[in-house]
This record gives sequence, C-alpha cells and structure tokens, in this order.
Amino acid sequence: MQSFVLPYTAVLSARFRMILQYRAAAIAGFVTQIGWGAIRVMAMEAFYRSTSAPQPMHLEDVVTYIWLGQALLGLLPWNPDTEIRAMVRSGTVAYELVRPVNLYTYWFSRSMAFRLAPTFMRSIPLAVLALLFFGMQAPASPEALVYWLAATLGAVLLSTALTVILSITLMWTISGEGVSFLVSPVIYFLAGMVIPLPLFPDWAQRVLDILPFRGICDAPFRLYMGHIPATEAWAVLLHQLIWIVILVAFGAWLLSRATRRLVVQGG
Amino acid sequence: MPHILVDNIVKTFRIAQRRPGLWGALHGVLRREYRTIKALDRVSFELEPGELVGYIGPNGAGKSTTVKVLSGILVPDSGRCEIDGRIPWRNRISNAANIGVVFGQRTQLWWDLPVIESFDLLRDIYRIGSGEYLRARDELAALMDLEPLYDVPVRQLSLGQRMRCDLAAALLHAPSVLFLDEPTIGLDAVSKLAVRDFIKRLNRERGVTVVLTTHDMDDIEALSDRVMVIGHGRILSDSTLDDLRARVTRERRLIIDLLDEGQAIEDPDVTFISRSGNRVHLQFDPDRVPTAALISRITAKYAIKDLFVENPPIEEIISRLYDEHELR
Repeated sequence: MQSFVLPYTAVLSARFRMILQYRAAAIAGFVTQIGWGAIRVMAMEAFYRSTSAPQPMHLEDVVTYIWLGQALLGLLPWNPDTEIRAMVRSGTVAYELVRPVNLYTYWFSRSMAFRLAPTFMRSIPLAVLALLFFGMQAPASPEALVYWLAATLGAVLLSTALTVILSITLMWTISGEGVSFLVSPVIYFLAGMVIPLPLFPDWAQRVLDILPFRGICDAPFRLYMGHIPATEAWAVLLHQLIWIVILVAFGAWLLSRATRRLVVQGG
Repeated sequence: MPHILVDNIVKTFRIAQRRPGLWGALHGVLRREYRTIKALDRVSFELEPGELVGYIGPNGAGKSTTVKVLSGILVPDSGRCEIDGRIPWRNRISNAANIGVVFGQRTQLWWDLPVIESFDLLRDIYRIGSGEYLRARDELAALMDLEPLYDVPVRQLSLGQRMRCDLAAALLHAPSVLFLDEPTIGLDAVSKLAVRDFIKRLNRERGVTVVLTTHDMDDIEALSDRVMVIGHGRILSDSTLDDLRARVTRERRLIIDLLDEGQAIEDPDVTFISRSGNRVHLQFDPDRVPTAALISRITAKYAIKDLFVENPPIEEIISRLYDEHELR
C-alpha cells in the first residue's frame, strides 16, 4: 500500500514545497484578498441598509461568509494547473506519459498541491485578521467546526477533480486561456463568491442544489456558521461525494481519450 | 524473440491548416482545413538485446514519432510493436518501468528543484528501493561527475550539465532499454564527447539496448555500428555504417599537400573537388583504380609533402541517400 501511493504523495509534497517558496505571490494575494473582501462587505452592508424586507441570511453571517470565501479563495477551480499548462505548451508532457504511474492519479496529486499550497499559505493569516478585526465570527459550535472541516476536505477533492478536468482540456486547446476565460466567471458566480448563494431567488436554489459548485464554498461555509444545521451535514457531504465520484470518473475517461489522440508539440 | 519488435507501424497526424495573415486566421475560425501527415509509413525493424542503433533522418522524418510510439506516448494507427513482449501503448505503465527516455530538447528534471531532489522524486515515482537507488545514483554520478551538481537548481545548470543529469535521471531505475532523442543537440564539443563516452560504456558494459536519434553524424560514427535512415516516414536503409557507405557511394577522397603551390594534378582516374593553398581534394573510385596504384602513380609524377585517403563524410552519404529518394 505504502509503495502504491508513494509516487503520488511524493509529487504532491514536492509541488507543495515548491509553491511555498513563492512568498511574494502569497503576500500579494493576501493583500488583494483583504481589499476585495472589504469591498464585498461594504457592498453587502449598503444592500442590507437599503432594504427592510427580511433576508434569508443575517448580515453578520454574510460578513463571515465573505471572509471565509476570501480566505479560501485559492480552492476555487477557476483555471487549469499552471505546471501542466507549461508542460503541454513545451511538449515536456511527453515525460509524464513515460512514468510508471496512473496518469490521472498523478495529475490529481499535482493539482491538489496546486490548489492547496497557496490556500494554505494565505488562509490562516487572513482568517486570523478577519476574526480579530473585520467582524468574522467563530464557528457556531464545536460540532459545526468538525462538520465544516469534513466538508472542506470534500471541497478540496471536488475542486481538484474540476481542476484536473480543466487541465485535461489543455490537450485539445494547448493554451488554456479560453477555458479560464469562460470558466472562471461562471465558477465564481455559481460557487457564491460574488453574491452568497442563499441570497439567490428560490427557483435558482433548486438548480444550485443540483450543481456541484455549492459544495466548494457555500455549503461548507454555512455549516461553519450553523446556517445549515449539523443534523443536515450528511446531505452536504453526500452531495460532495456523489459529485467527486462523477467528476473523477469523467476526468479519467476524458484523459484516456486525450492520450489516445495526443500530438506532442514539436518534433 | 527480439528485444524490440516493430512491424509495419503506421502513424498519421491530422493537422489544422492555417492561412497566413489576419484573414487567414479569421478564415480558420470559420472553417478549419486539415492536412493529413503520414509520420510513419509501414516502419519495421527488430533489435536484439544489447544492440546500439543510430536512427537518423531530416527534421520531420519520423524519428521522434518512432521513439514516442516505442515509449507508449503515441498510439499508432496500425502495426505491431513489442518491447520485451509488452505492447507500449497498451501496457504503458509496465513498459514505462522497463525503459528510459531522454528527449534532448526537454528536461525531465524539476526546473525549480535542486538536482538531487529531482533524483529523489524519481526514486519515489519509479518505486526504486533505497539501496538500489543509492547504488545506481552513485554509480551514475561517478561516471558523469554529477556530485558537484547535486545541490544546484536545474534552471541554473548549463546545457551540458543538464544533459548529464537528464541521462542519469533516465537510468536510475536501471531500464533495459534506453531511447535517446537527440541527446547531443546543442552541446559543446567536450560535453558531446562526455555524453558519447557514457552511452558507449552503458551499452558495452551493462548491455543496455540503445536507440539513438541524432542529426550529428559524429554521434553515429563514434557510437553505432548499425544505422537506420528514415525519410518521409519510411525506413530508407538499415545496415552497418560500412554497408551504407558501400551501397550509396564507393568513392574515396584523396587529399594531397603539394610542395609547390602552382602545380595542378591531372590524372584520368581522379576528379578534382576543391583546392585551398597547397592542399588539393580529389575523388576516385577504388573499383576502377586500386588505391595503391593511384598513389604510386601520383607520387611519381608530382612533388608531394603529404597525402591521405578518406571516406566521404557521412553527411554526404546521407544527403545522397535523400536525393535518391527525392527527399528534397
């Protein structure tokens, strides 16, 4: 068992260590995300002040929701893995296929590090600042904390499975710019990073409940603040699990198609 | 059973055509035109264990495509191919554990990591036991003087250093076959010699089967007895270097340093090629006139300081072979 997972854990930890070296990028991301968070909070405060109708979420919950989102922004699967993109462009991707490993699992490990490492660096200081100064609340209960952690693990897997699919499309498009262009606004919106999902109209809720994107930010965040009660946590986790299985199966199928029609760039 | 069997492999690529200019680009958005390229057209050959074969051909002839099919990267349209009984694209993972591959223009090392960490990662990816790994690594390091490079990030290596490290990286898991796709491209003379020397030792001492693609005819001359020439996706010739020479041209070069600059050499059996200062390059056919007879005739007639006989450079042989097959 240990020898089976070794290639995948090795590449994950190497990538993780590599990304941790990019301190300037982390600081820049940190500052930008605080700025954006502040703007989003102000916009929401203005909205709540201008309406007297009852809203499906209290303002304090919205503020917490926004700061959790800013802290975990790195988990959003909005672009292909940059390392795989560079390999496809240069043709180095050929080496990926001469390794005695399952290519899908290998790329899943790479992409997981790609999503986790930058998030890991930014989220903790950002959350600490937001908790101390910007009105973010602590978890609703110890139970809520546990379910939130479990759902965050599910969110990481879900996000990674989507990132791998975006990376595989590079085998057709080479550049990946178009994919990021199309996908990133859709993901931002449907994950609840523009407007918290509970504020969407009822008819939209039914669609959002089916789509996988709710499981990346919205559902785990609402478990954290008790907006989804702990008794319903199993539904969130089950929804994530079903989508993880579907997206992994689809990704693996897509990759097998891609490698069969592969044209390696240059000579 | 041969170590490597390639039987009638065909591989075509469909490539989107783009017309030049902005209009061409817009046109391409609306309607794509495709062109089919036959990269490999019924390629067949066999290799025995421990053979070292040079694989040469012009750019785009199909050399790299062959290597990619053999390594399981590309799936051919038709034909049979086996390495140690494994079909590369169907048994990709077990085949990958058995072969080593170096693409000279690209590195398999992690750009931002020190060399030693790339090696450690490959140990984990290939699931090499730590004892075997250290033995293989130290042996390769001793052969190519790698230890001083261990802590250098790959992006800071010179091309020659990088190629030595890449070769080692392809061999840590002790593969029985090594595919080298232009391993000497861009290297300086000293690095080329080091790489050639290493490949030769690997083949002679460890019996690793080597397929080497190259543009550098000196690589072929220094390393391989057997040469395969490919053009337009077809194997044009598969023989020893000497046989290839004999088949394409029997001519030899006679190079003479004259004592007296003004002299011209005239003989019915030689043709004049070029002259620079005292040195005259001539060509003759040893079947028409025995070399010894020609030399004694010329030395008797002219005042000569020095003289030597050479085979025509291999570049010329290859270029004649291409001409024969209208590859230009």
